[in-house]
Amino acid sequence: MKSKQNLQLVRPALDIEAIRQDFPVLHQAIRGKPLVYLDNAASTQKPRAVIQAVKDFYEKDYSNIHRGVHTLSERATIAYESARNEVAHFLNAKSEKEIVFVRGATEAINLVSQSWGKKFLKAGDEVLISHMEHHANIVPWQLLREQIGIELKVIPITDQGELDLEAFEKLLSKKTKLLSLVHISNTLGTINPVKDCIKKAHALGIPVLIDGAQAVAHQSVDVQDLDADFYVFSSHKVFSPSGVGVLYAKEAILDSMPPYQGGGDMILTVSFEKTTYNEIPHKFEAGTPNIEGVIGLGHGIQYLKHLGLDKIKAYEEELLSKATLALKEIEGLQIIGEAKNKVSVISFVLKDIHPHDIGTLLDNEGVAVRTGHHCTMPLMKRLGLPATARASFAFYNTVEEIDALLRALEKAKKVFG
Amino acid sequence: MDDLRELYQEVILDHNRHPRNFSAMEGASAKAEGYNPLCGDQLTLYLKSEGDQIKDLSFQGSGCAISKASASLMTEALKGKSKQEALELFKKFHHMVTGSVGEEPDPSLGKLAVFAGVCEYPARVKCASLAWHTLKNALEGKGEVAKTEG
Ligand SMILES: Cc1ncc(COP(=O)(O)O)c(C=O)c1O
Repeated sequence: MKSKQNLQLVRPALDIEAIRQDFPVLHQAIRGKPLVYLDNAASTQKPRAVIQAVKDFYEKDYSNIHRGVHTLSERATIAYESARNEVAHFLNAKSEKEIVFVRGATEAINLVSQSWGKKFLKAGDEVLISHMEHHANIVPWQLLREQIGIELKVIPITDQGELDLEAFEKLLSKKTKLLSLVHISNTLGTINPVKDCIKKAHALGIPVLIDGAQAVAHQSVDVQDLDADFYVFSSHKVFSPSGVGVLYAKEAILDSMPPYQGGGDMILTVSFEKTTYNEIPHKFEAGTPNIEGVIGLGHGIQYLKHLGLDKIKAYEEELLSKATLALKEIEGLQIIGEAKNKVSVISFVLKDIHPHDIGTLLDNEGVAVRTGHHCTMPLMKRLGLPATARASFAFYNTVEEIDALLRALEKAKKVFG
Repeated sequence: MDDLRELYQEVILDHNRHPRNFSAMEGASAKAEGYNPLCGDQLTLYLKSEGDQIKDLSFQGSGCAISKASASLMTEALKGKSKQEALELFKKFHHMVTGSVGEEPDPSLGKLAVFAGVCEYPARVKCASLAWHTLKNALEGKGEVAKTEG
């Protein structure tokens, strides 16, 4: 631990201007103003390294994978499988067999609910989620509830936007058969103490799924250290192509799960009488996948590694505290979500101006923020708000862009004033 | 700022701050709910008609300035109109907010022409037309929640 910190001091901090040059999309005007992209929690921009990797694949190596003996097919297969290897290292999985490629975090959770859930859960069993879940970690369990009669229990949150840990422990019981918890809230920015939660659940033999959609872009994740049974995230939120997601699951668990979809690639042999399934992870990857997207993800992860997630985290913490302080200075502005541990995601409301109007007013100044319920309607209800505006920062955002946000908000107030 | 004023005209800001006909209605002959899931705008529209004529309208709810002002101005514009006239006006209004920039609004829209700027903001068309979709449901006797398809 100590040596790690020493290393950090020796390594130079991030050169943000140079990093910005890696992202072509950032250099443009919106309605006559320089683009200030603060919607990174919704999706992230892509560095040249990712764009080039996808382009190169199309121009030099494109083919289907796992299918042919010809050279292009072999190259495509190698590129695709080395991306799997890259993801396994990124999450510190024991083996690349534990990495299943899907369409996104959403599909990964649906896969767990439909494959693992249908096999191992029965009527009356409880799945425990929290009040700050994204719809992607609510609706799949409701579908399962309709199908087999499981129960859904919800961990309450405090007014600061943190998990109510006392209530959490009380909710864990013999009936609890899965804890499915968001690592970092996309609406509040709250970093949940998932390692502790996993430990407490495991003490009662309860497996745990962690929705890491918002986590992997902001901090390094070690699934072995967390001891997560399932961990899911989306490629598009880590500076990589959309249409790809990752399901990590412990090997023994994946092995015990029935296929999610049937088709090509997930089988060993097919006859009309009986089909035998391929090994994991291929058993869960039916049909031709998003080959170029997966390859792009491999390069996106390489890019992140090259910047260093520790440095990214330190820089983003600086942006978060500067932006938080400055926003609080704005009269009538209230920050929603004041957890002690947060990433650079800031939801807020501004007195007398509806978030949707804020979104348009800021867009006029070139500032892109998200407004609405952020796919967390139960959370919004808990907060008593129809919507919030949300500014979410990535490592390519600058202190000057915080100023641009502030100026745009002041202007919005003037228009409505 | 000028381009913003184009969308947030003084009339719109005024109706946002002080919405007209903003109350529940006793003895309404029709009522409909409108909801825009994208931004959480929600409104209840009340209607009193006699034969073919709309005698009175009012609304309640919460939402952004565009949706609130649109509902407020709509209730003012439609009092005394026939159902047919109301639906005709909706057509023209819809055309204006989804139309091309710089096109002159139909003169019969009157005050509603303040929403002409919306066509430059496709994401806001749903806000501007929510009240109208809800009206259509109320006129057609559909109690269900109106959704905005733009
Ligand atoms: C916390 C969280 N979970 C799940 C998702 C779903 O991700 P996707 O839409 O990429 O499947 C998101 C995306 O917004 C998210 O923020």
